[in-house]
Amino acid sequence: MSYIRPEFRHPDSQTNVSGFTRKDYEGALSTLCAGCGHDSVSSGIIDACFELGVWPHRVAKISGIGCSSKTPTYFLGKSHGFNSVHGRMPSVATGANMANGDMAYIGISGDGDTASIGLGQFGHVARRNLNMTYIVENNGCYGLTKGQDSATTDVGSSSKKGDPNPFEAIDLCSMALQLGATMVARSFSGDKEQLVPLIKAAITHNGFAFIDVISPCVTFNNTPASSKGFEFVREHREATGKMDFVPVRSEITADYEPGFVKEITLHYGSVIHLYKDDKLDCTDRNSALRAIQEHDDKGQILTGLLYVDPDSRDFHKVQQTVKQPLRDLVEEDLCPGARALNAINASLR
Amino acid sequence: MKPTNIADPEYFHKVVDCQYACPAHTPVPEYIRLIAAERYTEAYMVNWESNVFPGVLGRTCDRPCEPACRRGRVEEEPVAICRLKRVAADNKDDITEFLPAAGKKNGKKIALVGAGPASLTVARDLAPLGYELDVFDENAKGGGFMRSQIPSFRLPEGVLDQEVEYITDNNNVATFYDSRVESLKELLTRGYNAVFIGSGAPKGRDLPDLPARNDGAANIHIGIDWLGSVAFEHISSIGKKVIVLGGGNTAMDCCRTARRIGGTDVKVIVRSPFADMKASPWEKDDAVSEDIPIIDNHVPLEFVMEDGKLVGMRFDRVRAEYDAKGRRKLISTQEEPAFYPCDEVLVAIGQENAFPWIERDIDIEFDKWELPKLDTVTFQSTNPEVFFGGDAAFGPENIITAVAQAHQAAISIDLFCRGEKLSKRPDPGVTLVTQKMGIHEWSYDSSVVSDVRYQVPHADKADALGDRKMEVELGFSTGTGFEEAQRCLNCDIQTVFVDALCIECDACVDICPTECISFVDNGKEADLRERLRMPAKNADQDIYVSDKLPTGRIMAKDEDVCLHCGLCAERCPTSAWDMQQFLYQVTQASQA
Repeated sequence: MSYIRPEFRHPDSQTNVSGFTRKDYEGALSTLCAGCGHDSVSSGIIDACFELGVWPHRVAKISGIGCSSKTPTYFLGKSHGFNSVHGRMPSVATGANMANGDMAYIGISGDGDTASIGLGQFGHVARRNLNMTYIVENNGCYGLTKGQDSATTDVGSSSKKGDPNPFEAIDLCSMALQLGATMVARSFSGDKEQLVPLIKAAITHNGFAFIDVISPCVTFNNTPASSKGFEFVREHREATGKMDFVPVRSEITADYEPGFVKEITLHYGSVIHLYKDDKLDCTDRNSALRAIQEHDDKGQILTGLLYVDPDSRDFHKVQQTVKQPLRDLVEEDLCPGARALNAINASLR
Repeated sequence: MKPTNIADPEYFHKVVDCQYACPAHTPVPEYIRLIAAERYTEAYMVNWESNVFPGVLGRTCDRPCEPACRRGRVEEEPVAICRLKRVAADNKDDITEFLPAAGKKNGKKIALVGAGPASLTVARDLAPLGYELDVFDENAKGGGFMRSQIPSFRLPEGVLDQEVEYITDNNNVATFYDSRVESLKELLTRGYNAVFIGSGAPKGRDLPDLPARNDGAANIHIGIDWLGSVAFEHISSIGKKVIVLGGGNTAMDCCRTARRIGGTDVKVIVRSPFADMKASPWEKDDAVSEDIPIIDNHVPLEFVMEDGKLVGMRFDRVRAEYDAKGRRKLISTQEEPAFYPCDEVLVAIGQENAFPWIERDIDIEFDKWELPKLDTVTFQSTNPEVFFGGDAAFGPENIITAVAQAHQAAISIDLFCRGEKLSKRPDPGVTLVTQKMGIHEWSYDSSVVSDVRYQVPHADKADALGDRKMEVELGFSTGTGFEEAQRCLNCDIQTVFVDALCIECDACVDICPTECISFVDNGKEADLRERLRMPAKNADQDIYVSDKLPTGRIMAKDEDVCLHCGLCAERCPTSAWDMQQFLYQVTQASQA
């Protein structure tokens, strides 16, 4: 690729609460196709991290294989990263999280990486409620290998030069809900107003936060006959209530839009404001599953926050691991010796 | 907001900030690219066609383009446009074969009063059309104030001679030097079809009422007259201690000239605060670097004589106060007047127009400031045969303004001589051409370099002060010229948006380094400016607005800090964005 991104940024660029500019959250220039939805997701993650003021060195980006899994190179260039094996991002994320639970983990995957080769790993990381953000950049095709149908391609949808897909699609949001994910959302790469607050909530959420982002493949799957093209998604999208993410520190001063009808307080005190009183109850798993199904029956794609459990207990909590990151435990902690053994034995007598 | 009408040439013209700010609208990025490509002759000709005196202007222009330069809005310093122009002039080949030939005589004769930039520009524009042009000047050579007021250490005589001769060598141009026009009435009887007056603003302001002004006259000189006398070698020395009064560029030229012909203790003493001085910042810097102190906030009180000889001046110390409208008032500090000894004083406190040779009964009306009443577009006076331009028209300005006005006067004279309506001005010449060559390939150098402005090297100070004719600025080398040229942001390569092609994928929004593209709901301009990704606070810069897109939103691009890097077009999957070169040329008489 022969083009270079200029060093200059807008002279009015502000710094966030942590003293960073938006540029500090950027990564290398994307090598994806021009107009790829994934680049918008990357940009949404940059916005979310900038606005949250996360420290780049306290974030790890982990991915599998595919167009989507290339994208961690294109955001948070100063954070940690691990581009792992196809479909194995959850295992690497689990290991990393166990070793150091103090970091924010952002897993990036695609529909192939999650719904096909990585389906098993996806199921288990969800049911363990690992504290991470799991984003699927879902374009309904294998873009990296020229656009073959994937496991999330809807019945009857066809890609460029493709025949209508004969198989049922896997709905990742429904699966995540059934498997025990504690935050589930669906969004669209073409709507950052919705996507960015969702990513912020997901990063803040204490548990497994899953976002299925419909992210059109402009090269192979943006045809009028595709159900994951820009046009189709825009026409068939139904959003749950507008949502605002209110970080904990800004509650006193921030001038957020009044008129929210529901307030959900997350683990560390940050708050989600919901603005529309629709039939969906975002704290009820069944309600979410029903709403997804009902919209699907009408040929609509339901997007927005679908479910959140504010009392979520993440994997560390469930496992009752020590507070200290495991990587900080030295031999003395792990092998406390005969005196500790004697004390345990004594307690059992 | 209504969709932006990019078919209106003025929209994109305004985006090319340097060209827009230039009175002559020279296509700056166009010639800077040619310099970067080492095509100096072509770069020179682009300039020559537009501003007539590239070699002169590359050294002396007031550079209204540079404060306007976009680069100055994204980093500290604008592109050194003026000095790049000089690179083109310094490195050009022989250009005589490109000069327009004298047109077949059309039987019309025009008299041009004064051989300064205005008259010479009119002559250049009309000669190819077959007009016979008689240029009159009181001095022995052409160039006007470019010769008499700009010292040789800033503008070598050879450079000026060459650019004057490019015009006067044309067979349709006849020069009458050492011929002062003493009566316009008489000139009008000589059968010219029209007369152009480009006689400048030749009268330097004086301080006639200051005590001892007349007693000390032998050692008190009017700055512009004194500079002229030095230039034509009537004066070759000055006393050791010199006070220069005034804070404009003429004062800077006076003090630096004095330093070279005998002044060892030269001071500039000015009424206003340093920051308010009219002189260009770089000219102040150059004076200071030649050991010339600039003493501000001093109002002259009197010339001090001793034994019939000027020995110094006394000044009232003041401070500046500004009212709510920013108007300045100088308030005396009531301290003891300051005394500065001197042998000679140069008064460079401004200049004005003077037309003692224009009779008041030849239908040329004057206003209360003794300036001719002119049509501001056509430069025609109330006597239809008589046109004005340059400093003679609306008072002292600068060379590039004189050139710009003269182009318009030449059009008017041509229309007048052909019996057409003067108000019917020619449209500008405009082209808009895509720069796309292929994937990731543009026919302009789209990458934006981060280099800071390069400094022009100067001659050794001791050498320069010892020789009045030695040029101080050495100009960029071709290598540095290339590096500096690369700092240009190519503002004439426009971001052209076609809303029918846009699929609203946000790729351009995501990639834009300066966040100047937004897709938002439409609204009134003030409201829209607030709602953009980065609020558009610079109201001088337009918002480029598309028609309604399928989602009901519009594309709104703040032109303010767009880097013209082309990444929006690079990342657009449908070519809704394209980078297109916009060339805007002010039509001249010979092209109309």
